[in-house]
Amino acid sequence: MKLQGKVWKFGNDVDTDLIIAARYLNSSDPAELARHCMEDADPHFALNVKPGDILVAGKNFGCGSSREHAPIAIKAAGISCVVAKSFARIFYRNAFNIGLPIFECPELIDELNEGDTISVDANTGTIVNLTTGKEYQAAPIPDFMRQIIGAGGLINYVKGRVNQGV
Amino acid sequence: MPMTITEKILAKAAGKDSVKPGDLINAKVDLVLANDITGPVAIKEFAKIGVDRVWDKDRVALVPDHFTPNKDIKSAEQAKMVRDFAHNQELTSYFEVGRMGIEHCLLPEQGLVGPGDVIIGADSHTCTYGALGAFATGVGSTDLAAAMALGETWFKVPESIKFVYNGKLNKWVGGKDLILYTIGRIGVDGALYRAMEFCGEAISQLSMDGRFTMCNMAIEAGGKNGIIQPDEITRQYVEGRTKRPYTFFTSDPDAQYAEVYEFDVTKIEPQVAFPHLPENARPVSEAGQVDIDQAVIGSCTNGRMEDLRLAAEVLKGKKVNKRVRLIIIPGTQEIYRQAMREGLFDIFLDAGAVISTPTCGPCLGGHMGILAKGERCIATTNRNFVGRMGHAESEVYLANPAVTAASAVTGRISHPEEVL
Repeated sequence: MKLQGKVWKFGNDVDTDLIIAARYLNSSDPAELARHCMEDADPHFALNVKPGDILVAGKNFGCGSSREHAPIAIKAAGISCVVAKSFARIFYRNAFNIGLPIFECPELIDELNEGDTISVDANTGTIVNLTTGKEYQAAPIPDFMRQIIGAGGLINYVKGRVNQGV
Repeated sequence: MPMTITEKILAKAAGKDSVKPGDLINAKVDLVLANDITGPVAIKEFAKIGVDRVWDKDRVALVPDHFTPNKDIKSAEQAKMVRDFAHNQELTSYFEVGRMGIEHCLLPEQGLVGPGDVIIGADSHTCTYGALGAFATGVGSTDLAAAMALGETWFKVPESIKFVYNGKLNKWVGGKDLILYTIGRIGVDGALYRAMEFCGEAISQLSMDGRFTMCNMAIEAGGKNGIIQPDEITRQYVEGRTKRPYTFFTSDPDAQYAEVYEFDVTKIEPQVAFPHLPENARPVSEAGQVDIDQAVIGSCTNGRMEDLRLAAEVLKGKKVNKRVRLIIIPGTQEIYRQAMREGLFDIFLDAGAVISTPTCGPCLGGHMGILAKGERCIATTNRNFVGRMGHAESEVYLANPAVTAASAVTGRISHPEEVL
């Protein structure tokens, strides 16, 4: 699957409060969360993000809370995938569980500008900056994560196990 | 094969003789936890799995502590969803307002988590229980839903980093200062995907409350878990309290660590983490002139008895600065009652503080102490991210309860000795 979109670039240590502030967590409705996604970092983000756009950030993206509302908000905002130098552990796991594709690719981040268009091959992890033509390779996705993706997310994976009586 | 305490706990939970970092395992969990924010998402996901009942009604804990007593209609509906699920599933560890406490203060107090356990919680500060010698880590709601159905979950076995704290602690220096200092040294991703094992003379001297504070903030360095080997202090805490049988695991002397840090705690003074990351820690003597509008003493990091006693020691006979609001939040009903019995409430009330029912409210910018644009707060909480306690242009400074109390008195960030 190829994902292609315009880049929204953010810095290091983007935390879960920046992604979706706790004042909005009295709701878990994805559309409601999407309306406030990245609000404290960029108030224009939720208004201007287009379906398929790609969120790009520095190291330790998604640090802080375990709130799954963070990847849910990003996905519901229309973002097709997140590329960062590195991800915080719980966010990484949550993103796979809910089916938000994420990739680690430090070199790309350093050479990328806001507004560039990139394409990401979700199967191979090959990323091309269509603005400059340069190609990058994201870190491989662990096999177990591929199984979860293949099953259509963690809940489907577990459902399969329950049905098999495993 | 030599193993760390984290590896030994995970190996046992996976039914294996040994595990090593990088191994993917399926581990049985001893307890799973969610709150009124993460619970509703987990409950919705659980419904999709196709099982009627949770795997064990005695091992699913639900604590509505974030927006309760409900701050508005939406949060009331979220809390109701959690309550209805708890009642329908006949969960034994549901804690209604009035019996509720801040989850990470409440579960250890109630004896629901113990040494050697594997615990996952849909709250990042679940790592608190590592203070008891348990493997405890935060997960999202979907992971929690799966564990509610299966009673197990998958883990990648983390590498461990060993932090050795040598020497005796200075006066006014506690668990909060050690962990802020540590995060200041390694950064907010300094322990990414790794276990943080705390040991050394200074840790052996720490009370359980101080140990909970340290492990609570392992996540602020990106750690998968924080952990302290159980000892006599742990035994005294869990004996007669912990409801299930427990096991004391210890690291082998020749266990492998990704890194080892040694700190001389005699050189550590009370720390303050400046906005907007916990890694921006510096000694309070180097804080400079930072005027504050609000001070908060509470949260799963520092809302325990020792914290309230420290605050009272500083506040006794003092008045909170006229420009400052001081909010004090005991972590549980039991802590609330004990503080009242010890006369701490008189000290707080005489000083001009407000005392709240247990809640996570202000720590996450939920309610009960939200900051306006441009306001500054010193807090014993665990995060000072942009907008964490309110307006995106407000600021949170993290410190221990004594520094926070002293700052409430002077109206600016201050060392406790300044007001005594």
